[in-house]
Amino acid sequence: MSDARSSILTKLRTTRDAHPLSPPASDFAPIEAKQWPDQERLPRIRRLMEAVHTEFLDATESDWPAVLREFLAREGVGSLLYAPATEAGKRLVEGWETASPSPPRGEAPHESPEGPAAHPPHPNPLPGGERGPNPTLIPYDRPLEDLKSHLFESIEAGLTTTRGAIAETGSLILWPTADEPRTLSLVPHIHIALLRADALYDTFLQAMREQGWAQAMPTNLLLVSGPSKTADIEQTLAYGVHGPKRLIVLVVHP
Amino acid sequence: MDGNAPDFAAASRAALADPQLRGNFRRAMDGLMSKRAAQFADTGEWTGVRALAASVRLRALSKLPELLEKLEENCTRNGIAVHWAATTEEANAIALDILHKANAKLVVKGKSMVTEEMHLNAVLEKDGIEVLESDLGEYIVQLDGTMPSHIIMPAIHLNTKQIAHLFKRKIKDAESREDAAYLTDLARRVLRAKFQAADVGMSGVNAAVAETGTLCLIENEGNGRMCTTVPPVHIAFMGLEKVVETLEDVPPVISLLPRSATGQPITTYVNMISGPRKDGEKDGPREVHLVILDNGRSGIYADPELRDTLRCIRCGACMNHCPVYTKVGGHAYEAPYPGPIGKILVPQIEGLAKRGAMPHACTMCNACVEICPVKIPIVEIMGRLRVEAVKPGGAVKDGGAKASRAEAMVWSGWAAMNASPTAYRIATAAMSRLGNAAPASLPMLKEWTNVRTKPRFAGRTLHDLARAKGVPDV
Repeated sequence: MSDARSSILTKLRTTRDAHPLSPPASDFAPIEAKQWPDQERLPRIRRLMEAVHTEFLDATESDWPAVLREFLAREGVGSLLYAPATEAGKRLVEGWETASPSPPRGEAPHESPEGPAAHPPHPNPLPGGERGPNPTLIPYDRPLEDLKSHLFESIEAGLTTTRGAIAETGSLILWPTADEPRTLSLVPHIHIALLRADALYDTFLQAMREQGWAQAMPTNLLLVSGPSKTADIEQTLAYGVHGPKRLIVLVVHP
Repeated sequence: MDGNAPDFAAASRAALADPQLRGNFRRAMDGLMSKRAAQFADTGEWTGVRALAASVRLRALSKLPELLEKLEENCTRNGIAVHWAATTEEANAIALDILHKANAKLVVKGKSMVTEEMHLNAVLEKDGIEVLESDLGEYIVQLDGTMPSHIIMPAIHLNTKQIAHLFKRKIKDAESREDAAYLTDLARRVLRAKFQAADVGMSGVNAAVAETGTLCLIENEGNGRMCTTVPPVHIAFMGLEKVVETLEDVPPVISLLPRSATGQPITTYVNMISGPRKDGEKDGPREVHLVILDNGRSGIYADPELRDTLRCIRCGACMNHCPVYTKVGGHAYEAPYPGPIGKILVPQIEGLAKRGAMPHACTMCNACVEICPVKIPIVEIMGRLRVEAVKPGGAVKDGGAKASRAEAMVWSGWAAMNASPTAYRIATAAMSRLGNAAPASLPMLKEWTNVRTKPRFAGRTLHDLARAKGVPDV
């Protein structure tokens, strides 16, 4: 097929050189001009994302694991997939212990060696008289192939970090890594994203410039602006078509 | 006339006679136009970002061969295998080769107009490979055994009731419920099992970044992410014009595409892929392939005027605003790309013998040009293609295919009449005296009069009247 390559490139080069194009200069000012004051970015992101059914939770550095645990219990979510080797994953596990009233010894799910299959929903009641399944933590600690059926068939929620959010469009920046796989934010029915309230940008352009994306792109970088949706049936909006049915942004305030 | 040429006139008459179809389109297009207008309420912002996006596309075209080489170099460095195809046959052969090596039995596909151009699904099915469209609209159209009627909303010609009946007929255990949420959830259940089991995922490309070797895909449903993330092999298809120079060139395009297409500020997902799974990573495809397709594009590129066709970012806004498309719908064109952009792109790809009628399915109202986010002079190109269709030996494939001796004679007579004052006076005087006596059913008038009332000629010409009022001849 290298024949196709050289014939295509030769033809493009010859015809372009016969009739060169002089494009106008690219003036990025109309995008650079889009700026919001510090105090307006988060409310704007929230308004835009809530308009497409994103849900928001507020927490602090010290209590977000407890806030998350309480939310999952309240919503009856039985299992949460997380990235155990990330800072956030470690904080989650620490915070989970303190948020949990009395995890039976040896049953702390993330310590179990058998993997996801060994984690049935926890039967313990929550403090404060609320009752609900005690969500089980499942570490994403193996290749997709070894987790696929659980991921598609039983795991209910996935937790990821973000690299901030964009005020113009209400979009989260996701930067999957070896420790925080891509499917964590894609396959579980609920995607929970940690957003640091001090990591907000005005535009997509500003975020990529300030974070130096072009120097080292990850294998997959995503902007996520809501739960999965479609309007393919008679323009009627329906949520949760292929990706997550719910997107929860857990805002960590400094 | 080419025996295989689609008959747009007949197909559009059939579409116009279908009140269900016309109602479905009218509702959808009105909604899309008002949602788009709301996104561009700030005309200063629209003008500025539009000029920027047009400059990004023009700059990419000005360096097209160099950028394609750079894209290839950077993709290769990232571990993406790059393939080149001059024709759709070559592209299909490349796809089959990759599928055979992967021993693939099941393919899941995200939306890709290039694969529609290739008729890839039919090729795969003939080879015994199950291929499933996963964009909900494409899935509906595939179940129905038809073609997309819009490049962004493939099933826009069907209403909820029609889709409910289709699902009941085609999906096991489906209930007969005319409820978009239920139908969407039903498709979710069917397709999730397929994403999990698929051997290969396929997708299109909205923009390919030469600087970083990155493939950008935008979508709302998450099926695109599923196709490019879960199966062990991902094959992306792009027309060779889809390259942009730098990563910073992506935001202007992404800023205008969803707003123009569906009136949303951004799609739910912007998916930027810069390679297969790396060592140590736990997911993502083991192989990523990029197929770069020419299929006539280098020919379009060769002509400095027609080249502007390749600026297109495939938002579909020109369809939503076209007085012809919104009445007859996408199927009447019988082409992978309908509407204004289709009317200029498809004849250049497939040739004027087969597609010579398409540039005539246009009132030249300029609505498409006014809303095009990258300022493609669609109507000028349309006019040029009408000329190419009757002028043998031009720049476009099958140029001159619609040339007719009789038409050429009429026009040279017309030119001669207008070049001589005496001939002009005799001809106009004859028309004002005899024109009303000529029956509308005359063969030479019939094409016009069978859908229009024959005009009445005034008893005296304008020149006569002016002269009577004392206006001097120049």
